[in-house]
Parts: sequence; C-alpha cells; structure tokens
Amino acid sequence: MTKLIVDGREIDVPPEYTLLQACEAAGAEIPRFCFHERLSIAGNCRMCLVELVGSPKPVASCAWAVRDCRPGPKGEPPVVNTKTPLVKKAREGVMEFLLINHPLDCPICDQGGECDLQDQAMAYGVDASRYQENKRAVEDKYIGPLVKTIMTRCIHCTRCVRFSTEVAGIPELGATGRGEDMEITTYLEHAMRSELQGNVIDLCPVGALTSKPYAFQARPWELTKTESIDVMDALGSNIRIDTRGREVLRILPRLHEDVNEEWISDKTRFVWDGLRTQRLDQPYVREKGMLRPASWSEAFAAIAARIKGVAPPRIGAILGDLASVEEAFALKDLMTRLGSPNLDCRQDGAKLDPARGRASYLFNPSIAGIERAGAILIVGANPRREAALLNARIRKRWRAGILPIGLIGPQGDLSYAYDYLGAGPDTLAELAAGKHPFVQRMQAAERPMLILGQGALVRPDGAAIAALAARVLSDNGMLHPGWNGFAVLHTAAARVGALDLGAVPGKGGLDVAGMLQPSKLDVVFLLGADELEVPAGAFVIYLGTHGDRGAHRADVILPGATYTEKSAIYVNTEGRPQLANRAAFPPGDAREDWAILRALSEAIGAKLPHDSFAELRRALMKAHPHLGKLDQIEPAAADDVMKLAKAGGSADETPFRSAVSDFYLTNAITRASAVMAECSALAAGKIPAAAE
Amino acid sequence: MSVRRLAPADLQPKAFAFSAENLAWAEHEMRKYPPGRQASAVIPLLWRAQVQAGGWLPEPAIRYVADLLGIAHIRALEIATFYTMFSLEPRGKFLVQLCGTTPCMLRGSEDLKKVCKRRIGEEHHVTADGKFSWIEVECLGACVNAPMAQINEDYYEDLTPANFEQILDAFAAGRKPRPGPQVDRQLSAPIGGPTTLLGPEKS
Repeated sequence: MTKLIVDGREIDVPPEYTLLQACEAAGAEIPRFCFHERLSIAGNCRMCLVELVGSPKPVASCAWAVRDCRPGPKGEPPVVNTKTPLVKKAREGVMEFLLINHPLDCPICDQGGECDLQDQAMAYGVDASRYQENKRAVEDKYIGPLVKTIMTRCIHCTRCVRFSTEVAGIPELGATGRGEDMEITTYLEHAMRSELQGNVIDLCPVGALTSKPYAFQARPWELTKTESIDVMDALGSNIRIDTRGREVLRILPRLHEDVNEEWISDKTRFVWDGLRTQRLDQPYVREKGMLRPASWSEAFAAIAARIKGVAPPRIGAILGDLASVEEAFALKDLMTRLGSPNLDCRQDGAKLDPARGRASYLFNPSIAGIERAGAILIVGANPRREAALLNARIRKRWRAGILPIGLIGPQGDLSYAYDYLGAGPDTLAELAAGKHPFVQRMQAAERPMLILGQGALVRPDGAAIAALAARVLSDNGMLHPGWNGFAVLHTAAARVGALDLGAVPGKGGLDVAGMLQPSKLDVVFLLGADELEVPAGAFVIYLGTHGDRGAHRADVILPGATYTEKSAIYVNTEGRPQLANRAAFPPGDAREDWAILRALSEAIGAKLPHDSFAELRRALMKAHPHLGKLDQIEPAAADDVMKLAKAGGSADETPFRSAVSDFYLTNAITRASAVMAECSALAAGKIPAAAE
Repeated sequence: MSVRRLAPADLQPKAFAFSAENLAWAEHEMRKYPPGRQASAVIPLLWRAQVQAGGWLPEPAIRYVADLLGIAHIRALEIATFYTMFSLEPRGKFLVQLCGTTPCMLRGSEDLKKVCKRRIGEEHHVTADGKFSWIEVECLGACVNAPMAQINEDYYEDLTPANFEQILDAFAAGRKPRPGPQVDRQLSAPIGGPTTLLGPEKS
C-alpha cells in the first residue's frame, strides 16, 4: 500500500492503482472520455488531468500509476490536487479542443441527455467558441445494421476500437488516418460480425455510435426505466428495459459483476422490436380448420368441451424455453391436479434429469468462476453462439494468462485459441479413460472446468454423454472440495428453473419425444413451446405470446405475456434465481400467464388454489425455498457429479453439433424481430456485408 | 495533410501476392521477431509490397500483408493510412517530392512548383505515360542546398527551373542524372570550392 495525499486527504491505496483510481478512492470525481475500467488504458482524451505536485505540467491520471509518483523532498507522500484552478484551467483547455470539431447538433442527437461530453461540458465547457475556422466534417460509415454512425461527432477516444479488439475479440473497428483526419471505421465499411457489437453504443461517450433501431425514437428523460432480467439465453443478463407508454423502446445492460459485467449481447439488446410484431392479442379457436378470434370464455369453453372425458394419461404438457418459474410451478400443479404425469420442460429433448441431483444440470463453477479456472474443456458447445457473454468471459480469462482450452465438437471462431481435440463422443471417452494428453493438462491446472453444451445432451445418447463428461472429471481426480468444474451450459432461460421444480415426466409419464409420437396423446398443452412439431390428431392448446410455430399448429390459442410484461423469477444456468419486473402491459386481451393458467384450471375443473400472484409465489417459495433467495446461488452437491459419472450407458459416434445454429433466431420473439432477421441474413451471407 | 483514402476500385488490381524473392525476404523479416510477435514486421512488409506494386499500396496488398502476418485487415489498413510514406494511390514511375518549406521557398521553390505544374500537372496527378507525379513535402533536411527535390531515392539540390527541367528531361529519356548538388560544389561545401582551410595555417 502506498500513501498519497489527494485534495488534502491522506489515503492508502495499492501501488498498482492509477492516479484516477486513487483519486476516486479519495472521493474525488475525475472526468474522463477514453478511460474505461474494463478496457486497456489509452490516455488520449486528456480530460482526466490532475495536478501532481512537483510535476512541471498536469498529468493524465488514467495513465499514471501511483507507484510512479515521487515522494516529497523530505519523504512526504506525493500530493495530488484535483480541484485547483490549474486543474480546472487544464481541463477547460482540453474541453475546448474537443469541442473545436464537435458539431453543435445536440438537439438532433440521440445521445442528448445521456452524453458524457454534454455533461462534462456543463462543468468544464466555455460558453463561446474562439474557433473561427471551418469545422471538420467526417463521412458516416456503414458498420452494420445495429450501430448507426455520425462520425463528425467522434472525439477519437477509441473505446469502441478497444472493446471490439479486447472484449469482443473480433478486431474489426480501427482508426484510419492520423491527427485531425483520424476516422473510426471497419475495413472497407464491412458490417461488424461480433455478437457483442451493441455495447459500443453504450461505450461511446458522445453520439458518434448510436443504436440504429432506436434512432430518433425517444429522449432518455421521457422513458420509464425498469430493472429486469433477460431471457434470450440462459445467462440471465441483468437488463434495464426503457419504455414509453406500453412500448418497449430499448433494452440496456445493468451492472452485475457475476453474470454479465456491464455488457449484453446483441440479441438481448435489439430484440425489442420483436415484442411488438406478430403478437397474439386475443384468444383464437380453430373452427373448420380455421383459427377465428374468440373471447376468453369461448376459448375456455372449447378447451373444457374437448378435455372432458379424456383420460388423464392422454393429456400432456410441454413447457417452452421462455417460461418463468411461477408458470412452470402452476403448470406442474395443474397437471398433478388433472392426474397426468405427462409434463416436460425439455422441449429439445435434453437428457437432463433432476432426479440425478442439481449439480448434474447446473453450471456449477459459476460464470464468474471461469476467471479462476485453470483449464477449460468445451464439449458439444459453441459458447459464442449459445451464450455470447459467457464466451467473452472465457476470452477474458484466456487473455489474463495461460489457459489451455480444449474443444470437442463443432469448430468455429470462438475469439480465443483452443486445441481441437475431436468431433464426437469417442474423443470424450478417451479423455474419460485418461488416455488423452489433454487430461494431463487439465490435471495440472488447479481448477479444471468442463463445459457441457446442450448439443451433446439433446441426442438420444445424451445421458451416456453426460455420464462420460462427468467421468472425465471424477475418474481423473479433478473434483476437489471447493471446486466443482462440471458446467452445463444451457440455452433456454426457463430450463434450470423448471428442472429445479421437477417439471419432468412423473411416474410412467411421457417425455417430449414420447408425447410427440403420433396418437399418444389427445390433448397437448404448449406453454410457449415453439421449437417442436406436434403430430396431427392431438388437440393443441397453445399459451404463448407470438404467432409462431406453436400458434400455427394450435386448436386454441391463449394470448400470454412476454418477459417484459410480467413479474417473474428466472433461474440462470448457474442456478441463480433472479427477479424480472414488469415494464409494460401485454397487448389487447392478452394476460399474464399465471392468471390464464388459474382461469383455465377453473374452467376444466381442476382449480388451482392460489387466487393472486402473491399467493402463487408464496406457495412456490414454500415448496422450493432456494428460489426465494434472489441472486444467490444455492450450491449443488458435488457428489451428484460422482453419481452421474457412475450412470454409464453407451454413446454412439455421431459428431456433436451446437444446439444453436443461428445466434439471432432462437425463439419466437427473435423470429418476430425484423432487426434479428436482418442480422441473421447478414451473418448467413444472404445480404452484402459492406455498403456499396 | 488531407484525408487519405484508398484508390477507387477501378484502379485496384484484382489480387496481390509477393514474388518468390519478396516472400522469402518477408519470411526472413518475420523471423526477426519472437514467436507470436510477427505482426511487428508489418511496416517493412507493407513497404516491400509498395515497392513491388510500383510505388503504391493497392488494397489487395494491404489485405495480403495482413493475412501473411495473421492480423486483422483493419490493423494493416490503420498503418497504411497513418504513414504518408505509404501511397494509397498510383504514382508515376518517378515521384518528385518537392520541398516547399521556408528555406526552399525563399530560395525559389515556388518557381520549381510552376515547372512541375506545367510539365506534370497538379499534385498527385500521374502523367499520361505513367512516368511522373509530384507532391509538395515538408522539409527534407537539405536546407543548406535549397531549393531541393527528392526524386525516388535520390536528392537533387541547388535547383533552378533550368537545371530542374534538365533533370526531368533526363529521367524522361531514361537516363539517371547525377544526384546531389547541381551547381559547382562538393556536397554542402561552398559554391566554387572551399573558402577556408585552404592550406596549413600561417601564423
């Protein structure tokens, strides 16, 4: 620790701190544009100048280490001043230079109201310009369908360049030219390819990079901000939903160090236009092969009439990927009351079984734990597509120091170097038997980690592969007390919560594959399940939000609420329950899903006991207390992995595939989004990637 | 300085690759750096690419060098656009870099500029036969023999419109004029021979 006097206050900070960090520790506020905690230090905006006593000129505090400060002549601690007239004058000078070429277009700038330059100009700007010459004008660049550029506003902080190179790992942005002619661009204005590119919008301290879909939609001060949870992947990224009236206008990240840090993926950020289109806003009933709009009572009557007299084992329910824990709980309760064991939450057919213990399906080491991992083996997953931010975590760890990464499964550009070990289960078996050289590298690492993707679990031999993966850790002595490296990477936001509740077939019940056999069931209830094909013959009740695959097949459609329109708990892939809040109301006659289930249960004579959402949640917490501990991970027993390893089974030799083939189109909301469709077409090379 | 852009698409060649000799040279150059740091060789490689391409860097050459070094294309483009020694547009076979900084200006570089404009055209313009183009540059550090111009690798000093025209004529005829001072002096010694230190000092 090093002593330092900041604004007359003595503080004690680690020597590797920068002066900026030390000043902040002392409570001083330092303006900055180029400095960002999660990016490398550039030191080019010069806004963070402070006075270091003894230095002939002000120093850039972001790029000056505490250990580089000299003590006074008698060994006194170095003195830093942040509020002296010298500092103010220096920063005013910097601000004047920054504003020389910055246009005065705040009234038409989307950054207005949340602009760092605007805010800091209030403190350090002067009211008039001394600049008589022509201002610089820069051509706008095309860098993709998500980020709009107005490059004249750019102040060359290079945060976006550093983000795309360091965090996203797809180095596409760069600064061409020099001095006044420096311009931020991609190579020949090629569209950016990163799944995290939207974050440059948040990073840009001015209005040079703004959101293209959100352009000219709203001003920040007229938006209602709701803190919530994302459901586009199983990470449970913390988000802020900005709404005006009923409409969601944008989605921004919220800081959560253990989950998403301060980033979100593009799917999370730009999916909001899908919340408006293709919405189911009233019930529908199929008559003579055609769906016709109906009232709620008509819809319930149609269901009650059909379900009457059907034997309980001929009724089944499938839970979709976006369902909250409360809905899963109510649906399970309803099926129990109906006397049917046919309930499944694994619509992709993943061979995960809550009976094998919670550790068998959780991302046990936790997302933040990736940063402590000593070696990573990825099995049957493409983390970049399945969980873009988790991939960024792996990259962060990979950049921080030596990290052997092995991959069994589909190869792709993951933004970090890895050893390709093999394509399928035979390589995994070799590792489990300890015969593969990568096992030694994992054993040598202090905390080895195995990421098991859904691509390896949705196969018919998924259970055997899960056991094989567990054996890699257990048979080679890699499970230590305090470190369980068995990490199942989910892709569905609903999955872990539903598995925690045991929303799987009861005794003698059918799983998804069984339910989808022709003529097994008479009535199928789909709670937002779209990624499957129900055979002809069954009567399908679809409770969901979008006119997607499930609704097309449905005989009765019950319009529900999306994740932005209800209060709900989601459990992420680590097993962390998080609370999503309602930001808007469902459109038209659509209702919150729990209320629909409650009303339906009464109509079909299996009345659920809870009359309010609070009662439902109370019953849920009573049955599953760990879901009440919001944002806390209930650790799972590592013994479960040992037990899983003993399960055995035989795996065939088919190579693994990733569970997500198209990052941008993974659920009904994304398929309704025009922005996601454009991104998907761009990624698939169906539309030209560069502006011509 | 003005914004430097890549040449228009119709001037760009379809592809670029190092000749066998240059490739061997490039590989040797890359081996000078520790493993994983080959990207450090980017400036020499771009320079060699520019020489091979005839004095300018076509877009495929930038891509080629980036791929050779395993760096993102934008990283090589950043460097190619940063340094003015990389020409992004075609140049004449003989590039005249005419110094226009104060000492040369005082000694008559404005007249030389007129010669250039008359014989070659505007700055950056390449003559129809592809032989000449000229640019005005800042001080090249030969002020003592001002005015001067650099033509390809060589300095031509103590220029007047007359001898400058002769030099250009010589290049046009395929001859190489003698570089250095164009008047009667050795290097930067006084005109007409030494004026001091003519013999042993007399006491």
